[in-house]
Amino acid sequence: MSVGRVVSYGVPAVIGLALLIGLPQLLDLFVLLQVTLYVVMAILALSLAFVWGYGGILCLGQSAFFGLGAYAYAITAFNIGESSLPVVIAILLPTLFAAALGYLMFYGRISEVYVGVITLTVTLILFNAVNSTASPEYRIGSALIGGYNGLPNVPSLNFPFDPDNTLQPDDVYMVAMATLLIVYFGIRWILRTRFGRVLVAIRENERRVEFIGFDARLHKLAAFALGAGIAGAAGCLFVNWGSYVSPTIFSMIQSAQIIIWVMVGGVGTLIGPILGAVALSWLTAEVGTQHVINADILFGGILIVFVLLVPRGLVPMLTEHVWSRVMQPRRKVAVAAKLAAPGGRA
Amino acid sequence: MHLTRRNFLKAGATTAVAAGLPTPFIARADAADEIILASLYDLSGPFEEVGKQMFDTLTLAVEEINGSGGLVGKKVRVVSYDLQSNLQVSAQYAQQAALKDRAAVVHGGITSASREVIRPVLDKYKTLYFYDTPYEGGVCDRNTFCVSTTPAQTVEKLIDYACKNWGKKGYTLAANYNYGQITSDWVKKFVHDHGGEVLGTEFFPFDVTNFGSTLAKIQAVQPDWVISVLVGGTPLTFYRQFAAAGLNKKIHVCSTTFGGSNEEAVLTTNESDGIVVCYNYLEQIKSPANEAFLKRFHARFGNKYPSLTELPMSSYQGVHLWAAGVKKAGSAERIKVIKALESGISLDMPSGKITMDGATHHVTQDVHLAVYKDKVPIVIETFPRQPPADTAAVCNLFKHPNDNKQYVIKVS
Amino acid sequence: MAFASIVGLEVVYAVAMLILVSLGLAIVFGMMRVINLAHGEFMVMGGYAATLAVHHGINFWLAIIVVPPIIVGAIGVVIERTIIRFLYGRMFETMLATWGLSLFLVGLMTVIFGDDTEGVPMSLPGLHIGLYQESGYNLFVIGFSVFLVGAVYAFLRYTRLGLLARATMQNAPMAGALGTNTSGVYAATFALGAALAGLAGGIIAPIAGVVPTTGGSYIGQAFITVLGGGASALAGVVSAAILFGVVDQAATFATNAVFGEVALLLAAIVLIRLLPNGITGRFFRRSL
Repeated sequence: MSVGRVVSYGVPAVIGLALLIGLPQLLDLFVLLQVTLYVVMAILALSLAFVWGYGGILCLGQSAFFGLGAYAYAITAFNIGESSLPVVIAILLPTLFAAALGYLMFYGRISEVYVGVITLTVTLILFNAVNSTASPEYRIGSALIGGYNGLPNVPSLNFPFDPDNTLQPDDVYMVAMATLLIVYFGIRWILRTRFGRVLVAIRENERRVEFIGFDARLHKLAAFALGAGIAGAAGCLFVNWGSYVSPTIFSMIQSAQIIIWVMVGGVGTLIGPILGAVALSWLTAEVGTQHVINADILFGGILIVFVLLVPRGLVPMLTEHVWSRVMQPRRKVAVAAKLAAPGGRA
Repeated sequence: MHLTRRNFLKAGATTAVAAGLPTPFIARADAADEIILASLYDLSGPFEEVGKQMFDTLTLAVEEINGSGGLVGKKVRVVSYDLQSNLQVSAQYAQQAALKDRAAVVHGGITSASREVIRPVLDKYKTLYFYDTPYEGGVCDRNTFCVSTTPAQTVEKLIDYACKNWGKKGYTLAANYNYGQITSDWVKKFVHDHGGEVLGTEFFPFDVTNFGSTLAKIQAVQPDWVISVLVGGTPLTFYRQFAAAGLNKKIHVCSTTFGGSNEEAVLTTNESDGIVVCYNYLEQIKSPANEAFLKRFHARFGNKYPSLTELPMSSYQGVHLWAAGVKKAGSAERIKVIKALESGISLDMPSGKITMDGATHHVTQDVHLAVYKDKVPIVIETFPRQPPADTAAVCNLFKHPNDNKQYVIKVS
Repeated sequence: MAFASIVGLEVVYAVAMLILVSLGLAIVFGMMRVINLAHGEFMVMGGYAATLAVHHGINFWLAIIVVPPIIVGAIGVVIERTIIRFLYGRMFETMLATWGLSLFLVGLMTVIFGDDTEGVPMSLPGLHIGLYQESGYNLFVIGFSVFLVGAVYAFLRYTRLGLLARATMQNAPMAGALGTNTSGVYAATFALGAALAGLAGGIIAPIAGVVPTTGGSYIGQAFITVLGGGASALAGVVSAAILFGVVDQAATFATNAVFGEVALLLAAIVLIRLLPNGITGRFFRRSL
């Protein structure tokens, strides 16, 4: 292992563990609850960062999987009253759903833009369908789906197979933070495997990869399903943060937010979307207490500005800036060459 | 077992500090020299207009209280949040009001959905909660007081009127969420009680813009009247298309929501004349208390204010009920205030005399039946002292103080 | 019998509505390959233009037919010059930028007009069919969308401007080499699409309320109609609107409005799976 590799894995690992252990001791309950929410959003951002930034799949409806995970957890938790199986289902259901949808799209050889359109349409369908289940006849087992109101008072996580021993807010924080670390390092590991390398190659030039003999459809399908599973896990944690789930989780605004996080942080990076999710979620909450600027104007403006002026996001822009100053001239040439490569999204 | 495992996890993960939670659970409010009242209304989004009115009447009530010397020697300070019609933000602000501001009481939540997000948070962090919106009934929670009306108080009067004056065949159009669902069940029950029949019930999402198929269905079954339980932007569209097809000349309309967002101001008189409503409060109520209130309100917020309805009045009355509870308890401490309110406090308010019903934490109050003419509701009849009979059928917090849920009241 | 004709009229009305709502989007997508996610907000701006015009005492018909397209068309030019023109050929970036624009416009309109539902009062007599009554305005909407399709067709097919537009869209460098101001043609085409969106908003204002957030309820349908229709702007929209309108109304009459929309969206997914290039990718290929 080179020194560079040790640093690039070691630094985030140390920071992550420090936050995992330290924050519950340092912060009061209110701030810790907010941080938990931001961590959950960061996991959600990572799911799209992987699918879009590395798989090159233009998913405009990532919130569909987030919502499915949340609903799957809530409904099974009401029925079973114990949270171990619901957690598994919350991850499995979106994965399988994405696999089916991905089969339809990737094996149908639908063009990139249509993938965006279909994922967006699926989100709209889920929103409308779940929104119209207010009548008491819509129930799954003992759980009323509840339409627009959703499901309030969802049972929270408990220690595995010990239903009476539920997690307290600081435990939920630690679970969320640990999940974030697992997802972050998990994706980095995947990207180093053969599968991950082929995936990135497909993003760069799908046809060429197929000529070499790889099945691009299968790789994209797997990446799409994996991303959906991660989003499902985030959905499950979201329910545990707020004890409720409602159809707005499927809304277009929610989907737009995820895209904005990734876009602002940097497509093709992992740390960027994490920071984007945390910073912008914080901003959303601040906007509501300040009564100064309309949230829609702010986020719409951010999206336009980034598409036009900073299309690659903040993290790639900043790191290159720093890199080109710190490194020797020889390295500079190498970096420049890498940037000049087609679609050089690092 | 419970503790050891928790501690084990903490000890393993942390440096063996089982400090537990910070200090949100200890007594609050009495410690400072002011009492915090947190206001959680939607000040932007589809409920903006009504949210702002509710916030204004709440502000007036607090100013009146502070003007007459405050509560138990302290000033009341309002901390306001904008829920932005966003449930995630609602949960965040409820946490903030309880844990950061240490509010003595939280007023707010406009939709049932936001109430059901806020209520568990405030239960968990032991902060008193007042819900000021008319709703479908059934909330049974010792920490929560619902001060506006429920279907047994208003819908029954509407249906009585419709069945006696218009005929026994009705048709329901309702918003597709639990308020619409439950209210439409009540409509069915009350119509059956009169030996009548509901010919059809349809549910709509908040953003539906085409009622064409519904108008055709209505005409196919020929009801005597239509009741609108629609919410959001849709009602306006419906009244307009209903009138455009000329149906308002043949079929009568009553509503549980009309006027709540000042629909009459946007519609023409042709579209709004004849619509019958039933509310706890209307500006047209003739009483010294109401006239004095309107004078104060317009002096504070100007004369060009849209006409006030039940929702902002409930916020105003809710704050005064809470203040009366604090005065009686001699303290803003949660349990003491709950006990004081449960003793059955009565107040003379602009809408008439209101009494807190201790068993249900709902309010016994007057309701007024009115018909719109030239954009103004004309009071037809007043029904004094209506109890929250629907919630009372399922909820008794004296017998079951640990009850904490919203009952779906079986209507048959 | 009377009920059947009412139902029939509702189906035709639904198709006309879909055409009206989608036409502007179709022009912009079909000719420029730009997917404008702010289309719904363009419609809402048209609605506000009509509302303001009526409040200022302008004649009802002028206010809903003439004022909105002029104002929204002008706004369209500004948006094309400041945002869209930097993104031609990059479909996904355009989608993101217009999505941002959509949020931005919702916020801006909320700040300017507030969240109250505005409306345009309308007084057309109802129409009697047997024992039934139908809004006279619905017939106007049906007639007007037929007229609009005809007008757009004539414009593209028979005017010099239409010819230049089609030439630029087919092969911009060649059109430029022959002396066409291609940049100007792009701006004009985008403005035409915006004007049509504004017009749709103006026409709808008297029947549906105008609120900043209603754009979202149209965009899904418009989007799907256009993509389902495929590359040919006019023929695509008309054929897809007929298909989806019938599916939507059939499901609406059988159940309710929500399932109507769900049925429409499902039909769209199936259609895109079967005909990835839309209806006109397979049929009516040489049409406009």
